[in-house]
Amino acid sequence: MSEIFDILISASFWAAVIRIASPLILATMGELICERAGVLNLGIEGIMVIGAFTGWIAVYQGMPLWGGVAVAMSAGMLFGLLHATLTVPFGLSQHVVGLGVTLLATSTSSFAYRLALPEVTSPPKIEPFQPLDLPVLSDLPFLGEVLFTQTAFTWFAFGVAVLVALVLFRTPLGLALRAAGENPSAVEAQGLSVTGLRMGAVIVGSGLMATGGAFLTLSAFSSFFFEMVNGRGWICVALVVFGAWRPGKAVLGAILFAAFDALQIRLQQTPLGADLPYQVFLMAPYVLSILALILMSRRAEVPAALMVPYNKGER
Amino acid sequence: MTVTAPQAGDIVLRLDNITKRFGALVANSAISLDLKRGEVIALLGENGAGKTTLMNILFGHYQADEGRVEVFGQTLPPGNPRAALAAGVGMVHQHFTLADNLSVLDNITLGTESLWSRGKGRQAARARIAALSAEFGLAVHPDARVGSLSVGERQRVEILKALYRDARILILDEPTAVLTPQETDALFETLRKAVALGLSIIFISHKLHEVMAIADRCIVLRHGKVVGEVNTHATDRASLAALMVGSAVTLPKAEARVAGPVLLRLDHVSTRARGTATGLSDLSLDLCSGQITGLAGVSGNGQAVLADLISGLVRPDAGRIEIAGVEPASWSPRQALNHHIARIPEDRHKTGTISDFNLTENAVLETYSKPPFSRMGWMNWPAAEDFARGIIARYDVRCQGVLQRIRLLSGGNMQKLILGRVLEPGPRIILANQPVRGLDVGAIAYVHTQLIAARDSGAAVLLISEDLDEIQSLSDVIHVISEGRLSPGFARGTTTAAELGLWMAGQGFEGKDRAA
Amino acid sequence: MRLEPIPNPTLGRQLALPAAALAATVVVASLLALLAGANPFAVLGQIVTGAFGSKFALLETLNRATPLIFTGLAVAVAFKAKLWNIGAEAQLYAGAIVAVLFGTGMLGTPFVLPVSAALAMLAGALVLLGPVLLKTRLGVDEVVTTLLFNFIMLLFVSYLLEGPMKDPMGMGWPKSEALIKEARLPRIAEGLRLHWGFVLALIAAIAVHVLERRTTFGFEMRAVGANLGAARFAGVPVNRVLVQTALLSGGLAALAGWSEVAGLKGHLSQDLSPGFGYTGIIVAMLALLNPLGVIGTAIFVAGIFVGSDAMSRAAGVPTYIADMLLASALLFMVLAILLTRVRLVRG
Repeated sequence: MSEIFDILISASFWAAVIRIASPLILATMGELICERAGVLNLGIEGIMVIGAFTGWIAVYQGMPLWGGVAVAMSAGMLFGLLHATLTVPFGLSQHVVGLGVTLLATSTSSFAYRLALPEVTSPPKIEPFQPLDLPVLSDLPFLGEVLFTQTAFTWFAFGVAVLVALVLFRTPLGLALRAAGENPSAVEAQGLSVTGLRMGAVIVGSGLMATGGAFLTLSAFSSFFFEMVNGRGWICVALVVFGAWRPGKAVLGAILFAAFDALQIRLQQTPLGADLPYQVFLMAPYVLSILALILMSRRAEVPAALMVPYNKGER
Repeated sequence: MTVTAPQAGDIVLRLDNITKRFGALVANSAISLDLKRGEVIALLGENGAGKTTLMNILFGHYQADEGRVEVFGQTLPPGNPRAALAAGVGMVHQHFTLADNLSVLDNITLGTESLWSRGKGRQAARARIAALSAEFGLAVHPDARVGSLSVGERQRVEILKALYRDARILILDEPTAVLTPQETDALFETLRKAVALGLSIIFISHKLHEVMAIADRCIVLRHGKVVGEVNTHATDRASLAALMVGSAVTLPKAEARVAGPVLLRLDHVSTRARGTATGLSDLSLDLCSGQITGLAGVSGNGQAVLADLISGLVRPDAGRIEIAGVEPASWSPRQALNHHIARIPEDRHKTGTISDFNLTENAVLETYSKPPFSRMGWMNWPAAEDFARGIIARYDVRCQGVLQRIRLLSGGNMQKLILGRVLEPGPRIILANQPVRGLDVGAIAYVHTQLIAARDSGAAVLLISEDLDEIQSLSDVIHVISEGRLSPGFARGTTTAAELGLWMAGQGFEGKDRAA
Repeated sequence: MRLEPIPNPTLGRQLALPAAALAATVVVASLLALLAGANPFAVLGQIVTGAFGSKFALLETLNRATPLIFTGLAVAVAFKAKLWNIGAEAQLYAGAIVAVLFGTGMLGTPFVLPVSAALAMLAGALVLLGPVLLKTRLGVDEVVTTLLFNFIMLLFVSYLLEGPMKDPMGMGWPKSEALIKEARLPRIAEGLRLHWGFVLALIAAIAVHVLERRTTFGFEMRAVGANLGAARFAGVPVNRVLVQTALLSGGLAALAGWSEVAGLKGHLSQDLSPGFGYTGIIVAMLALLNPLGVIGTAIFVAGIFVGSDAMSRAAGVPTYIADMLLASALLFMVLAILLTRVRLVRG
């Protein structure tokens, strides 16, 4: 037990928590926007893959890092447009379309990777985002290492979360989006376009999911692997439920989740890790997500029109 | 009783030759009408006559196939609610278009500011809502969650939504269907204030006495066509009724009968509130053989949970259910069926039938697991088809055959199939929840006749309806439900609509506990 | 714009739209081939001949179709009851583990094949039981839980193959011991590279078809899927039906893993399934959830995979083209099927 305590008081642990949480926060915000507007986006897993790939390949081809982020976001929005077109005006099953988009985005990444780098056995590395070295702040004890040695991409992720919260709860646009997820006919009756709002939410949300994927290649691992997203998208879907569809709570959930993830990585290095098979530790994030869903099952306030397609004039 | 003398005011709204088809059905056929400043016109017609479709075209929910809409001399672009709102048209929908989980303020301000602006702040909006509430007598708290409001309050929010946008023309689609008689009077007060301020109103209804009370002019629709236009002074209810229905259909009236033994007893039953739905509070009710018990009340006062309770979907949290004096060991829809309870659900499309299933499958939906339809786990489809054919013949279901998908049937024929399904096994107890909602007069008469016949053969019938006229003409005994509490029973002819209205508004329950 | 139902769609419409979806998929294939610098006609031709062009190719395709029929059926029955089982991959591995457990003599038993098949189905059923009970008891959405179970199960398999089930003679590769002869599914005919698992899959498809159309349980399953509220109101025991459907679905998916181990591979390794569980969703959706249709779509999907492998070796277009084509086909097809029933109209 003392090992756990030692880990929990180390600054490097908490710095890792913030780092691990960043892509989850981005993708969770993306999913949250979609679901608030009434669309479950199961394309998230594949959209994160396409974001990771396109961001990375753009930088590998010589674009600046933020250019890579922009490319990733655009690619995500493109797949978001596909998802939105099929699920919003056509009202197709959000389950089936989401899984289809995930399959398409994932295989597109693999196909394009092989086209771009046919001969390569191990993927080349790029120069990733570097930790920001802030005067004074970075030298603070503990907090300096935890908060002020992160990359600019991490700050971007947290900035996005704040922005999403502000827009959703402080602006007419946010009100309209939430209303579209609660009762689309209320939106229609007030002269707004349900189709436009929902499609916009899915497209922008998908863009954010893709930046979450790009974080993996451009800030965390500096290279692209086929299996690198590895269920993170599904975990983000669980985090939205865990956060009761509220950005603040979802960010806390992502941090909590990242803390467990960072903890299990470190525990593998301790005597405990020698006794238990490493797979047990790797299972932890998935088990944790299921537990989070169970925990919130009785309390969560689901947007009333989530997964309910809206067909104008049908009431 | 008219509000204002018809003025020779300016024409504020003109519908010109509106035609709308849905597939083969012509919902509106070359309809034209004018609305003047400060005028109230009533749009009168049976269910399915095309009233709501016409108003949805005017508001831009639908696009007309032919014709045009002109507001204050400007032609409205078709299919665009935003343009209708901007031109000063406000619509109070029959099924409220409110988001339950948002506040009153949010519901009212939704869409009134540019989506790309930061928003002007809530204080100004709150003040404006308060002013409108006071001016028009529409009391409602701006920060309340809509889900926590009563039906009457929600309607006020709907009206405030229109007024907040400076609507000059108000369309109200069956606004009184969900109100007590007293609330209806209050609504009319509000409308009179609006008219005095120069607004114009289109009032959709099929209740003749209300139309006579509020409207200056009355336009009658039948099968999508205008069949008459009269000044309300120059006519009476009988001639309006004849215009509306076309031929004289007399609705059956049940004669009084002596009640038999109690078949179903609810004994001090309570259920917890579920989300926004009211629970039941210490409710006791006896349903007797050979009697129709009418349950009046404003929707949302516990009718749904009471129906679910008798249907077997809900178990009481306190108190007991007794059937013929015995408390069932367990309670579920299948138990209810086993105890010979026939259930006619409120929503025949969503609960009563499976729209993608054919008539046969829907006919045996409640009895599929019993012989002859099921033996040793195998379905006997020929037997099921015979059963469906029998219902189609005996209950006059107009269809193309037993393998037709039920979604293609009209509401009346769908309801006849449900009637056949639940009445064929010879039930002892019948729960009829809004059994004629949305049906035309012919189908209404048919359903009522069947219910009376079932009563006469000894069944105990519970009729739940929001239509007081229906309750009063059919019921041997009437109870009123309000906030999950039940009034005493009133025998046929011992009470008036006004008295029932007071109970519906929650008066008279003093001394009884309020719903938890 | 809004959708308007077409009450009685013509037969022409019902045939033309799915055909158009197929054509659109071919167009996508051609574009991808052009993108890869290959001749589209050559690529398409090589996919078709690689899948069906020779006896060898055809048998390879049927072998590949076998697990897909099972996972396709698993998804079809679950989706028919609107139970979103995305966890066929996990249930497949559960079946594979049982095949190894009984097939390598770790647990000696007579009648190895039928016993291990039955227990494999049970194991797969139990894997899905957890998520479905969470759904019926607590209202936890089964999509995410079944998806997450896939990752947990893969890690569990990895643990088994590096620990208790590791083949000591495996030269350090994480794979299980080989199955004994009695535990192997024999080939249909001497010298024919196709095992009895394929026949079992065909029988399973017919059995599921009969179950859906002829039995009381099948009626309940369809009713729950078509309108849960109406089914509950009519007295269908909804939760019981969902649990039973889950058991059937999990059992069918498990047979995929079981037959791969017992019929084809002869041992369990980490790469036993290249996503057969997920591909089962495509198989089922392309078949419009019809169990007999699953046979055809599974062979079609298997053909695309096998043909793409062959084409990739010859034309150098990455084999991932197969996954892209199937994902596109899925999306085109769901849209086409919708458009047979509705049309987009103005106003």
